[in-house]
Amino acid sequence: MKWFKKVHHYLPPDFILERADDLCIRCKACVTQCSFDANFYDQKRNFIYTLQQNCVGCNRCVAYCPTEAIVVKNRPNPFREHSHWGAYYISGIKRRAYYGGTPVKSMGNDRPFPIYWDKLLLNASQVTNPSIDPLREPMELRTYIGRRPKYLKKGEALPPSIMLQTPIMIGAMSYGALSFNSVESIGRAVTMAGTFFNSGEGGLSRDHYKFSKHVIVQVASGRFGVHKEYLDIGSAIEIKIGQGAKPGIGGHLPGEKVSESISQARMIPKGTDALSPAPHHDIYSIEDLRQLIYALKEATRYSKPVIVKIAAVHNVAAIASGIARSGADAISIDGFKGGTGAAPEIIRNHVGIPIELALAAVDTRLRQEGIRNEVSIIASGGIRGSADAIKAIALGADAVYIGTAALITLGCTLCQQCHTGRCAWGITTQDPFLSKRVNPDIMSEHLYNLFNVWSLELKEIMGAMGVNSIESLRGNRLHLRGVGLSDRDLEILGVLPAGE
Amino acid sequence: MKTIDANKLYYKILNDQIHDAVDSGYRNIAINNVYGQYYIGDGLMQPVKIDINGIPGNDLGIFMDGPSIYVHGDAQDGIGNTMSGGKIVIDGNAGDVLGYSMRGGRIYVRGNVGYRTCIHMKSYKDDFPIVIIGGRTGEFAGEYMAGGVLVILDLFSEINTYDCNFIGAGMHGGIIIVRGKVNSDSLGREVKVTSLLQEDLLQIKEYLFEYCQELNINYNNVMKSRFTKIISATNRPYKNLYIDGFLH
Ligand code: SF4
Ligand code: SF4
Repeated sequence: MKWFKKVHHYLPPDFILERADDLCIRCKACVTQCSFDANFYDQKRNFIYTLQQNCVGCNRCVAYCPTEAIVVKNRPNPFREHSHWGAYYISGIKRRAYYGGTPVKSMGNDRPFPIYWDKLLLNASQVTNPSIDPLREPMELRTYIGRRPKYLKKGEALPPSIMLQTPIMIGAMSYGALSFNSVESIGRAVTMAGTFFNSGEGGLSRDHYKFSKHVIVQVASGRFGVHKEYLDIGSAIEIKIGQGAKPGIGGHLPGEKVSESISQARMIPKGTDALSPAPHHDIYSIEDLRQLIYALKEATRYSKPVIVKIAAVHNVAAIASGIARSGADAISIDGFKGGTGAAPEIIRNHVGIPIELALAAVDTRLRQEGIRNEVSIIASGGIRGSADAIKAIALGADAVYIGTAALITLGCTLCQQCHTGRCAWGITTQDPFLSKRVNPDIMSEHLYNLFNVWSLELKEIMGAMGVNSIESLRGNRLHLRGVGLSDRDLEILGVLPAGE
Repeated sequence: MKTIDANKLYYKILNDQIHDAVDSGYRNIAINNVYGQYYIGDGLMQPVKIDINGIPGNDLGIFMDGPSIYVHGDAQDGIGNTMSGGKIVIDGNAGDVLGYSMRGGRIYVRGNVGYRTCIHMKSYKDDFPIVIIGGRTGEFAGEYMAGGVLVILDLFSEINTYDCNFIGAGMHGGIIIVRGKVNSDSLGREVKVTSLLQEDLLQIKEYLFEYCQELNINYNNVMKSRFTKIISATNRPYKNLYIDGFLH
């Protein structure tokens, strides 16, 4: 690793790790735990040193230090204060100039764009419509994802759908981006919770075929690991057109992460970059999309729903309307806050629109066109808690996908280094030493707890609203009120301002 | 032997009939009067032989793993899309994105094919796709190719130097073999031309032989000419374009 100082292009470290020498017992836990080589032990001096430049702020060492000797702090802006030229811009220019490349980052857009969830408030019943006690009265969270035809002919079967015990699923994160143990933990948790996880675009390890009843298999432009058996294993199939963290660009699993077993699942040689082209080269139009949807349905003899996932972009409502008419059974919309394993920072931070607005626009459009019932809508992209989830449902979603929230359960501290393959928490790495840090026995329990608690919270909120079925909340925007939003925002969201 | 008349049949009904025939044990199926029906052979895993008389529609043999399909005529777009195994022989021309993301099996075409042939074709261990085109390809042949072999024979044109543009753009694995010389301006940025080794020839000889047999082409004539081999310059084409965030 290069760690000599480059004076002309000097970039100050993002973090400062402070170690209280009087507390440190030289146990070297921080040295072995750090996967970014920030801490090292000097035997001669019996001293633990830190290479500040290497610290990514993942706090693994802080969690491990038995004596709480370590504090990791954000380094204050080292440059002269300037309201226009913040450190983000100065460092960004230097970094590009020095390395001659564009920075890649992980996780979602970290820029301070408005968060509409925080400007939406929920309703509760008072006097005229009694609230319900969810602990003692039945509450229905069960949700079906699939097409609901306008009418059925006598004797005709319903189109295939999947049944969720709670309207929360785990969104696409590929085996490759995630470690084996992370996928294992997720698979076990969704099985216990009676919901689904999405395989992402990297295929499935054969050892995870056991999750067949709880996995949605993804087909992306690179078609990695896509074959007949894989399509048969999935309970549903998702065509990935785009993802919120990097709309319009393809996937890119760096060669460093293509280990032996990843190469097996993706069916590509070890150590090569797994490049997913930006578009599916057999889809240049809605008609072509229809062709792939029906190719998948034909391949699986019309036995499972096909979902189409798109990123929330400017004309998302028109696109969604096209998708609904193309034969898709569900549309999944991923907002610009959605996380990712790796994306060019410039795309991650500047492309796409918030899921709240996109979701409302799509729901409104499909209603206007009288086809809302023909598809399910799955919303994703920065769902942080059950409140965000229920607001999404009130805005028109059938269910939500969570990604980052699930990783946080596994230990993630949002250090944005997933693409390096060196996740100190063992979540997004293929290093066998690191990936042991996720213990599926424990982590699946934690994740299951999260599903349970969020479901309970959903019921509590519904109870307060006087609603006993998630079905009757879907798209019911009268249960929402906006605060601090412009008239135009409110119009797009289709909600009234608080007080009205 | 089962014969299906596809005249005026909607693709879903035609494919239901094919599946029924396969499920009831037929291993030889002939389909007559095919006029552009989609998805023939979609996801079939059985080692059946299907003869298509007419012009099959898009996505012929998509997700297929096992059957041998003989098309007695031209074919349309997306032939062998994401195909894992089996064989498709086309005694005519074919359309765009032939062999998209194909991972195994063989596609033999007598005539010309459209754009983006073998885009994102890949190989893995024993899964090794082979595509042989008798005529010429459209632009972007072998785009993003990651594995397998694409052979372009250019048997019927008068031009000595192969000049379909953007050959192997974004290619990061596999081999493209062109009979005759290749115009260096036609190459994609990520590929280079190298000399064809004896072992490359050995690798494809048996398939070229099979190709010539299936399509009644004189094998010795084909083998007389020089071949050009095109490979990617690196298996990490974009390594230097991106910087890891944690480097300072
Ligand atoms: S983990 Fe804490 S106590 Fe152990 S060596 Fe590091 S700073 Fe010292
Ligand atoms: S998954 Fe790991 S590398 Fe990625 S942000 Fe979380 S802690 Fe960091």
